[in-house]
Amino acid sequence: MSSIINYTLHLADNALILGQRNSEWCGHGPVLEQDIAITNISLDLIGQARSFYQYAAALIGDGATEDSLAYLRTEREFNNCLLVEQPNGDWAQTLLRQFFFSSYQFYLYRYLLNHPDTRIAAIAEKSLKEVSYHLRWSSEWVIRLGDGTDESHRRLKAALDELWSYTGELFLPAGYEKDLGIDVASLEVDWSKKVKDIFDEANLAVPGNVFMQTGGKSGMHSEHLGHLLTELQYMQRTFPGCEW
Amino acid sequence: MEFIRKFYYGDIPEDKSGAAATGKSSGHDWPLWEVFIRSKNGLEHKHAGSLHAADAQMAIENARDVYTRRMEGVSIWVVESRFITATNPEEAGELYEPAVDKIYRHPTFYNLPDEVNYM
Repeated sequence: MSSIINYTLHLADNALILGQRNSEWCGHGPVLEQDIAITNISLDLIGQARSFYQYAAALIGDGATEDSLAYLRTEREFNNCLLVEQPNGDWAQTLLRQFFFSSYQFYLYRYLLNHPDTRIAAIAEKSLKEVSYHLRWSSEWVIRLGDGTDESHRRLKAALDELWSYTGELFLPAGYEKDLGIDVASLEVDWSKKVKDIFDEANLAVPGNVFMQTGGKSGMHSEHLGHLLTELQYMQRTFPGCEW
Repeated sequence: MEFIRKFYYGDIPEDKSGAAATGKSSGHDWPLWEVFIRSKNGLEHKHAGSLHAADAQMAIENARDVYTRRMEGVSIWVVESRFITATNPEEAGELYEPAVDKIYRHPTFYNLPDEVNYM
């Protein structure tokens, strides 16, 4: 498959998998209002995934649809980064994952506004408003928990220890990103500054150099993705072509 | 005998207020906020409901997520419910019933010229 298809799938998979993860909170949020907030974010992300899948399906042709791309590909065919497939953990872990990813998506989509592929640029432009809100919402939660009680700070710190090693992959270009000249490494300066600013307010230290996990963007996933896909794809696998 | 007692929204006993008392049944101690939404520019803000939030910023965002998901609004106000002074339901008789038999306060006895439409 061509690099543009792989890259479009990468963007779609990132959004779909995080949307699916967040949707696991539906009915289980810590309070009603935040249950609605996190599932709203889910719906935004799944909407972004649909736009990218529709484009990828058009590029692939041969009967591919947004549904076949979401529901009938196997684990190794997913190009999402490792960060988005990590389990929800507690509320701190969920929102820290959201903060890391939304801040990345914010700078990425802003960068993609100038992408020569107009369809990708258009989806990025439409999604940027949503992502700006996700970033604002998750930033405030990081500050609220980090600068909150002993327990909230402890939980946020534990989430940081759990998730930090999955952030390095975001800025290491995969083959398709290199082919297309998508300079993800250039986003790291802005991203790091954003993380530092928010962490300063949250009384949290940015971790030093640690080993960073990689592989998700080229289909080598952590054990968690298979379980997630099993749930996500269950209906289409069990009742092929079913509609409702 | 106490003639005047100032009631606040959250002070009115739960069984009489019709709204959940702050932080009791909700399972956490975040204060209650009242939400006002302007549906489009030029119209006034209208009371949309209430919700719990830890601070004003969170209340705005919760209101955005709870009350404007289907394009219901272009502007949101929130105010903590305890800052709203409310009438006591027990005083409804003396406050509102005296107006019941004073229909002459409605301007319905004037003959309007046809040129004055939609008055």
